[in-house]
Amino acid sequence: MPDRSQSGTVNRRHFLAAVGGAAAGGAATLPSPGDAATALAAEAAEARDPRALHTVTLTVNGQDHRLSLDARASLLDTLRDRLGLTGTKKGCDHGQCGACTVLVDGRRELSCLRLAVMAQGHQVTTIEGLAPAPDTLHPMQQAFIDQDAFQCGYCTPGQILSAVACVKEGHAGDDDQIREYMSGNVCRCAAYPNIIAAIRQAKTEMEA
Amino acid sequence: MQPFLFDRADSVTEALRAAPDATVVAGGTNLVDYMRLGVVSPKHLVDINGLSQETAALGRITLDHQGLRLGALVRMAEAEDHPGIRARYPVLADSLALAASRQIRTMASLGGNLLQRTRCEYFREASWPCNKRRPGSGCAALDGLNRQHAVLGTSDACIATYPGDMAQALLVLDAQVELTGPRGVRLVPVAKVHRQPGTTPYLETTLAPDELITALVVPASPWSWRSRYVKVRDRRSYAFALASAAVALDLESGRVKQARIALGGVATVPWRAEAAEAALVGKPLDEGAARVAADAAFAGARTRAHNAFKVPLGQEVLVQALLQAGALQPPPPTSRNGVTHA
Ligand SMILES: Cc1cc2nc3c(=O)[nH]c(=O)nc-3n(C[C@H](O)[C@H](O)[C@H](O)COP(=O)(O)OP(=O)(O)OC[C@H]3O[C@@H](n4cnc5c(N)ncnc54)[C@H](O)[C@@H]3O)c2cc1C
Ligand code: SF4
Ligand code: FES
Ligand code: FES
Repeated sequence: MPDRSQSGTVNRRHFLAAVGGAAAGGAATLPSPGDAATALAAEAAEARDPRALHTVTLTVNGQDHRLSLDARASLLDTLRDRLGLTGTKKGCDHGQCGACTVLVDGRRELSCLRLAVMAQGHQVTTIEGLAPAPDTLHPMQQAFIDQDAFQCGYCTPGQILSAVACVKEGHAGDDDQIREYMSGNVCRCAAYPNIIAAIRQAKTEMEA
Repeated sequence: MQPFLFDRADSVTEALRAAPDATVVAGGTNLVDYMRLGVVSPKHLVDINGLSQETAALGRITLDHQGLRLGALVRMAEAEDHPGIRARYPVLADSLALAASRQIRTMASLGGNLLQRTRCEYFREASWPCNKRRPGSGCAALDGLNRQHAVLGTSDACIATYPGDMAQALLVLDAQVELTGPRGVRLVPVAKVHRQPGTTPYLETTLAPDELITALVVPASPWSWRSRYVKVRDRRSYAFALASAAVALDLESGRVKQARIALGGVATVPWRAEAAEAALVGKPLDEGAARVAADAAFAGARTRAHNAFKVPLGQEVLVQALLQAGALQPPPPTSRNGVTHA
């Protein structure tokens, strides 16, 4: 079997470009010549422009949007900057805070770590689309108001969507479980006790 | 982030054709982060999530009398929630439930989890010298802030910790990784997937560049239910391990017949502690024996300015994991026999 010395996470070409001949020491072996199909595929890829835009249909809050997107665009930036849905917040842009939480096919995800081109074919729900009808609130939104579960409000859209999923997953059994399964949503204002109270309130209504 | 070509692969063949020159993306929770930080700049990204449509096997959990097969595209949260896995392989369910956050676990695939790259701060910030990111540039961690760094399996070139949790659970369950490449399918023990840094820290795994992980394969075992994962972090949740231990024990009348021990958060690779296992065999499982094993586990530790605390911490974590596993009760026979879940 050829060339097993290589990391699965760094491809052969980058590896050779990065290490050059000498720095690699003895461990690197030369790449095996790929088969004809591989070479053709590589050539075809070479001829394409990585900056070319991708036509993508995103389904957000039940509505289809046809967009031309840079492959680098995150779902988060696309929601905010292209669709004007600024309810979804950017805290860290690295998966560490939860402010950007949205529902994808009903499950909670971080929109900063999902490329928008990888969201095609999925149902995205943001805080703007959570309520069942215009001028109404989802029980979780109402509970956050009733329990005073925020101060500055920056983490709140992410908290609410995460909390909805937490209840639906069956992970809001008691306060300890809520704390554990909501740990992906950081609140700099430390509204945690009230957030837990809000989730308890909404859980009763959601399950009624 | 540098521009890249983006494609979706709808079949394994298609993914493999692109693989030698492209980087595959599953959940993207590790790769997109590192692309945004400029740590990696793939020229060509191939989304493999469509493969679970072509061959459901990549997205499916199968549990039967032979054991457990986890498709590479199964999400961490799906495996964590699976009642059969919790009953028969608790160490695996716990290693997943104690990792990252529920949002990340919903997105992250098991194949991607195994291959996640180190969180070394000097690796993550592209302006520092780092032999892993830029071969030959030096290692800023050796004399830097190395509190998070490894004490086992290190070298003079790199002391970065393997950050994941699941791999340690797979080690104590004697699991294998199914790799699919143009030359066919091969099974590799999880213990053979990651490479210690040595003089070549940029070589992280033994996968060929044109191979995909297609599944994780865990054998059935009469004692895998007696297994436990203990993890200590800077905060109670949503943090990487400072030290963790996965253990699985075969006990007969309170004496250890066989033991499997793996350590996380303290080593450069998912770390099987064979000397600690050997120290337990034939002994009654009590605190004294657990402490002897914990000493053996860290006998070869090499510490730096800020991470010496990981030795006593790691030893204590291992003692707790062994005693907790020893106290476990077998699950009711129905769940031990297991069923197939789609
Ligand atoms: C804030 C934060 C906290 C975290 N905390 C923890 C923690 O406590 N414990 C823990 O274990 N993890 C933790 N993680 C890491 C997380 O678990 C990983 O990022 C995740 O499991 C990677 O899976 P993925 O599918 O998203 O991989 P991707 O990002 O898609 O891929 C990761 C790598 O694997 C390669 N790859 C993916 N699938 C395959 C395949 N089938 N075959 C070959 N190569 C493949 C990719 O090319 C890439 O190099 C944390 C992450 C974040 C952001
Ligand atoms: S420990 Fe390894 S990953 Fe971190 S800076 Fe040194 S060489 Fe790079
Ligand atoms: S912005 Fe996505 S997790 Fe912080
Ligand atoms: S309310 Fe201010 S960050 Fe949570």
